[in-house]
This record gives sequence, C-alpha cells and structure tokens, in this order.
Amino acid sequence: MPTFDFAAPTTLAEAVTLMASAGTVRALAGGTDLIDQLKTNRRNADLVVDLKRVPELQRLGSDADGLHIGAARCCSDLHHDPTVNRLYAGLADSTGLVGSVQIQNRAAVGGNVCNAAPSGDTTPNLLVHDAIAVIAGPSGARRVELTDFFVGPGQTVLQKGEFLQELILPAPPDDSASAYLRFIPRNEMDIAVAGVASFLHIDPATKTVKKARIALASVAPTPVRARAAEAVLEGKVISASLIDAASVAAVESATPITDVRGSAEYRKELVRVLTRRTLNICLDRIGVSL
Amino acid sequence: MPTRHINVNVNGTPREILVDSTWTLLETLRDGLGLTGTKEGCSNGNCGACTVLLDGKTACSCLVLAPEADGREVTTVEGLDTGGRLSSVQDAFVKEGGLQCGFCTPGFLVSTTFLLSNIPDPTEDEIRLNLAGNLCRCTGYDKIVKAVQRAAATK
Repeated sequence: MPTFDFAAPTTLAEAVTLMASAGTVRALAGGTDLIDQLKTNRRNADLVVDLKRVPELQRLGSDADGLHIGAARCCSDLHHDPTVNRLYAGLADSTGLVGSVQIQNRAAVGGNVCNAAPSGDTTPNLLVHDAIAVIAGPSGARRVELTDFFVGPGQTVLQKGEFLQELILPAPPDDSASAYLRFIPRNEMDIAVAGVASFLHIDPATKTVKKARIALASVAPTPVRARAAEAVLEGKVISASLIDAASVAAVESATPITDVRGSAEYRKELVRVLTRRTLNICLDRIGVSL
Repeated sequence: MPTRHINVNVNGTPREILVDSTWTLLETLRDGLGLTGTKEGCSNGNCGACTVLLDGKTACSCLVLAPEADGREVTTVEGLDTGGRLSSVQDAFVKEGGLQCGFCTPGFLVSTTFLLSNIPDPTEDEIRLNLAGNLCRCTGYDKIVKAVQRAAATK
C-alpha cells in the first residue's frame, strides 16, 4: 500500500475543497475497486477522500427531475429499494450481480461508473434510463449525459478536482420497463463476458414501441448504446420478428476483443441472444404479450 | 506516516485506536486489537475470510480503510456469541461439521448471521447465492449449507 493521507468530509463544500488539493487525490466510495488498486500499486494516491459522509452523495430519492442516486450509495441499497425495483428494474437486476453480498454492501453505483470498466454491470442500466451525471468541482457543478461520460477503459471526462456527485434518472413513463442480463460461465461472483440492458416503452393499445434503449457491457472500450437496434424498434409494432431483427442489429454496436473471458465472435453472439432475452423480459414486466 | 485516533465500537465495546491512514480494518482488528478470529485470505475481496459486520452489514474488512470505520460499529466472529454461549449459527456449524480446516469459518459465521437476519428461512439456492462471497476449499459446501439450514430451523 502506498503512503497517503485520508480525509472524510461531511459537507459537499468541504469535499470540493479537499478533492481540489495538490497531488494525486482519489475519491473513495465503496473502495472495492480503489483499495485493491492501491494495494497492488495499480493506482497511487497522496490523499484519499472518503465521500460517504457527504449527505448529497448518499441521496436516494425522487423529485420532478427523476430519481437521484448519490454517487456513494451502495449497490445493496439500490437492489432492495422499492422505487428502483418498480421503475428501474434493470438497475435492480444489476445491483444484485456486482460481486458478492459483502461487495454489494460497500460498492457504489457511482464508483462503478467512475471506475469506467467496460464490464461494469450497473452502467448499461443507467444508460438505458438516460442517466445524467452531476459532476461537482472547484468551478461549480456541471451536468453531462452519461453516454458522454466515458472516454475509454478506466477513463472518464472527470477533470482534476472533479468528482461524480450523483446520477439522475428521469422518471420512466407508464407501460415501460427495463431489464439486464449478463453471461458468466458460473452462477455468481464473476465479470461479464457480455451484458445487455434493455428498456422499452410500449403503447398498450397499438403495441407500438414508443421508445427503445439498449446498452452493452464488455463488448467495447466503454459501455455503449446499441443505437442501430433502438432505431429498428422505435415506431414499429412489437413482434417476435422485430425483436429478432433488433437483436441482430445490436451486434453492429459491439466491437469486442478476444481475451481470456471469451472470443470476439462469442461475445457478439451473446449480445444477440441477451438482447432478445432482455427485450422479452421488458415486455413481460410491462405486461404485453406477443 | 499519517496517523490518527479512531473510535470504533467493536463487539459492543467502544475502542479508541491509533491507526495509520493506510491500514485496513482487517489489520486494525488483528494487529491493533488482537482480534485474530477474522482471517486474511485473498486480501482483495474474493474469499470472504475477513468478513465482518460494519454497521450491521457484511463487508470484507480487507477492503475497508481503518479511518473509514471511525464512529462506526464493527462485529467480528468474537462478537457473535451470546453471553459466552455459542450462537445458534455457531452451534449449527459445530453440530453439522460445517468446517474442516476452519480458516474460512469465521467469515461463513458472520455471513450466515447476516443472511438469516434478512432471510430467516432461506432456500438452498438463496443460501448458496448469499454465501457465494465466502470460499471454502475443504468442505465442498454441502455441510455448510446443512449447517445454515439447521441454524435457520433452530433460530
């Protein structure tokens, strides 16, 4: 472990000041990535700032803008939250898949986002719900659409001194639902070979897709939207063949590598299958039958 | 080395401890307080041997910095007994032989205690899923699952 100092601010203003300190400053939420990275010298730090005692970063509640998720809120709080389960079901699915129970009790969704691993399970679910990232920093707060937050593996738009304050997920309309599936070769405690989050908003009278969102994990340098697949769905009457066509189109957005967890070809096939399955789960959750 | 005093309620007793900023909670418990029931296995959050309750929820103490625990409550395996008697979970692991070498057992006892406080009568699938963060290289898990089922039945 490198030598570093530690601070635990209790106000947002204090956190902004500390995060803008000289040297290498690391934001600490759940620590399940950061502390391991520090131990193994994959990241260094002069100062670690524990953001869990800042009330804004523990926020979990809805207002006119939608659901506010403080960046330090742990996965298990979201996994068990009634609103998340009712309105953002894909996020509830994914927060129960990150590591073990011990990890979910600590790991934050905001940390999953800022760690910017292409394989992060929660991120695609935030993307399909059109999440906004609220970034705090020395020159004030700014908002970025989460689709524009990721630059590369482990790389985000956060500048020196900036940190993620919260995520805002607009309230989804009636007759909509989301779902997440990932593939791993065992039942739990693994990193996604590929993951797919889907969101559908259906007109129940005509069964027309009013809005579709699909996002992919572990098949590109960053979490990505499958925009071609969304375009296949939107404005059309939902059917099994339309879902098949969208699932094929989703593969166009996947640019996976071959590595120890799976080949590029295998990952593309997983994207096709998981897209179909998650779209069908969305329909089940909305209560629309084909 | 930046050092600081932290106040932690450990197994019901308030403790003031001088720690280095870079110590983990695991190091603090074992080396600072001599509570060696909590074990270090992988040291990266995979094996669960270091599982403790932090403010009532399971956490890998190897992935908690000591100063994070300031003002919080920690329960280790040494704090699970009730007035010197084995808890129902501990007793069930003894009766079912849910251990062999014993190194992973403290973590399993803490995780099982947390599981049964949330799901008093878990299915076998729920037991295996909720204990997936605790690795045992001896038993093959069957006797551990039986111990959890016994604990649930006798709670």
